[in-house]
Amino acid sequence: MSDRIEVKKTYKLFIGGAFPRSESGRTYEVNDHKGGFLANPALASRKDLRDAVVIARTAHISWAKATAYNRGQILYRIAEMLEGRADQFASEISALDGISIKEALKEVHLSVDRLVWYAGWSDKLSALVGATNPVSGPYFNFSIPEPMGVVGAIATEKNSLLGFIDAIAPIIVSGNSVIVLASERAPLPAMSFAEVLATSDLPPGVCNILTGSKSELAPWFASHMDIDGLDITGVEHDLRADVKVAGAENLKRIHSFADGQSPARILSFMEIKTTWHPIGV
Amino acid sequence: MTDFDYAPALESRSIVTIESEYGHFINGEFVKGANHFPTINPSNEEVLSQIALGGAQDIDRAVASSRVAFESTWSKMPGKERGKYLYRIARIMQERSREFAVLESLDNGKPIRESRDIDIPLACAHFFYHAGWADKLEFAGVGSSPRPLGVAGQIIPWNFPLLMLAWKIAPALAAGNTVVLKPAETTSLTALLFAQVCQQAELPAGVVNIVTGDGRTGSALVDHPGIDKIAFTGSTQVGKAIARAIAPTKKKATLELGGKAANIVFDDAPVDECVEGIVNGIFFNQGHVCCAGSRLIVQESVAEEIVSKLKVRMSKIRVGDPLDKNTDLGAINSAEQLSKITALTKSGEDEGAMRWSPECALPKKGFWFAPTVFTGVTQAHRIAQEEIFGPVLSVLTFRTPQEAIEKANNTPYGLSAGVWSEKGSRIHWASQQLKAGVIWANTFNKFDPTSPFGGYKESGWGREGGSHGLTAYLKSAEEGGNNE
Repeated sequence: MSDRIEVKKTYKLFIGGAFPRSESGRTYEVNDHKGGFLANPALASRKDLRDAVVIARTAHISWAKATAYNRGQILYRIAEMLEGRADQFASEISALDGISIKEALKEVHLSVDRLVWYAGWSDKLSALVGATNPVSGPYFNFSIPEPMGVVGAIATEKNSLLGFIDAIAPIIVSGNSVIVLASERAPLPAMSFAEVLATSDLPPGVCNILTGSKSELAPWFASHMDIDGLDITGVEHDLRADVKVAGAENLKRIHSFADGQSPARILSFMEIKTTWHPIGV
Repeated sequence: MTDFDYAPALESRSIVTIESEYGHFINGEFVKGANHFPTINPSNEEVLSQIALGGAQDIDRAVASSRVAFESTWSKMPGKERGKYLYRIARIMQERSREFAVLESLDNGKPIRESRDIDIPLACAHFFYHAGWADKLEFAGVGSSPRPLGVAGQIIPWNFPLLMLAWKIAPALAAGNTVVLKPAETTSLTALLFAQVCQQAELPAGVVNIVTGDGRTGSALVDHPGIDKIAFTGSTQVGKAIARAIAPTKKKATLELGGKAANIVFDDAPVDECVEGIVNGIFFNQGHVCCAGSRLIVQESVAEEIVSKLKVRMSKIRVGDPLDKNTDLGAINSAEQLSKITALTKSGEDEGAMRWSPECALPKKGFWFAPTVFTGVTQAHRIAQEEIFGPVLSVLTFRTPQEAIEKANNTPYGLSAGVWSEKGSRIHWASQQLKAGVIWANTFNKFDPTSPFGGYKESGWGREGGSHGLTAYLKSAEEGGNNE
């Protein structure tokens, strides 16, 4: 080993494809499992969230128009980029969680595989829940799933990388954009993942990542009138009722999920649209 | 009177027997209520009967009865047997359909032509459709061993009383749930007649309980700890209150709420069909329709032609006795609703929109409102933003297709929308852009049990109809903390 001084990374937010600091200028300290200093990521504010929602709304419109084939390829590309940087993520997870590099690498590989799994769903959702409906009359009638729009996600504290992938992949694969609050305890893999996203052809603003205080930001996610859905998997049970009450103001679709991959995670943030048209000459 | 005027063609009301007083339907029997309120015929304010005002105790008894029926009978019964009960119900409703139609028109004020040709046949069709699901639930889309949720509390509106009952009860029962239903305060009679159908079908006691009453009765049902699922159709305001009320609980909910549908007319639309579609969109059922096409968004180049033809067509609308088979537009359901429509239309005039109604003599007694159109409406006007729930159309114009979509989507609601154009690619483009759960292209206000219905945004949660509606009453065996 040389005496070279390591160049350390400044962990910032990821909004609209850029890496800004919090507009509030606030940071908080993140430590490794032994309590040693790791980084000062941004303590995002309500204003950061609002800025991200504006950008996410615009990004959703073009992302939803992309073909399902294209969205699937981009999610697959994200998996490719993550695979190539597996070691970096393994060391971050290992430092935060105090598990061996080998164990941490398992979580990274599981994360890559999870991305690939969700990538493949992009062009199969209509076959799964779409339908042509045999109505009693001379009409062609069909139902298809559509993305909801802008969805918020509060990532779980359990697995700092895998939990984060679970929070974003099922939301964006259908054409939604997402604003995700990373694990409060272990936000570093999520912020490094922003670098993966930035090199994956994912359009800027489709995935926006905040770090900070869950108890501070979750209520603002819930009450924001331009967020259509909210994944509260990472919100503690005693806070959930308040979040749901706040979310009722715009009848936000609020869900939480058990571990593991499931199409239900995708479909929970889609809407079924049914179109009627007469048949005749 | 011209030579070609219509003579009255009254449907006989002798087919219905209305008792002077009704109780609740609990555990398979009618039980006396403690307090009552009158239900009236909104077309002449005649008191039809006295309806029981359900309280917390009545709800408690009904929920207990539904729980026992769920645990001991209904959820254990093989699907094919449950299905046979639903088929029986559908058949008895078909047999007694004229009775239902007349009673619905008396209690609600809707034209007999609509209750006879739309409400009642569709209600029967919902039972028939869902009957066939009862023994095929593993193919509904929630996994290989789907399970019912338990006891459903269902609250329905007054605009399609029996049809909304069918939308609620049929899928719930097919999936193996039991229900406590609260009809709307002003329209309980067909629900109580449906209770008799349940008796004739020998439906096991407690599978369907019906407690009549007002908003307080509904709240007691929503708040009851023995309820597993809420299904509500009504206003967005009450929908939000329900969402807040169940936030701390494990209760699931389906909410079908308000709308302010855009009906977009492009310059290549077939004019005459389109005018019929606009009329059907807003004047069907007195405009008491959550998915009514209440905002006509018409391309500027054809606006004058469309509006002038619309006015000619509106002058042919026959307003009057709901039991007259020639009637197109019946009575407004209640004095309360009439005053809401009156206040909102006044705001339209105050804010500068131009109001027009055809010459039409309205009956002296009862609650009536002439078909009305506002032109020169801007997006900021209350009549362009708020749900009027009456026969009142707001006309806005657009120049580019993009502008049409922006105006159409500029509302917190997202229940339905209409598109009129002869060009297929334009229809599909517009349908994709519209943030609404149901799109009617070159048609409007069509419904079918196989077709999912429900809204985006503040128009509610979930769908009713089709497999999508059915799965809202099922959970998968592997379901964890899903569906907060």
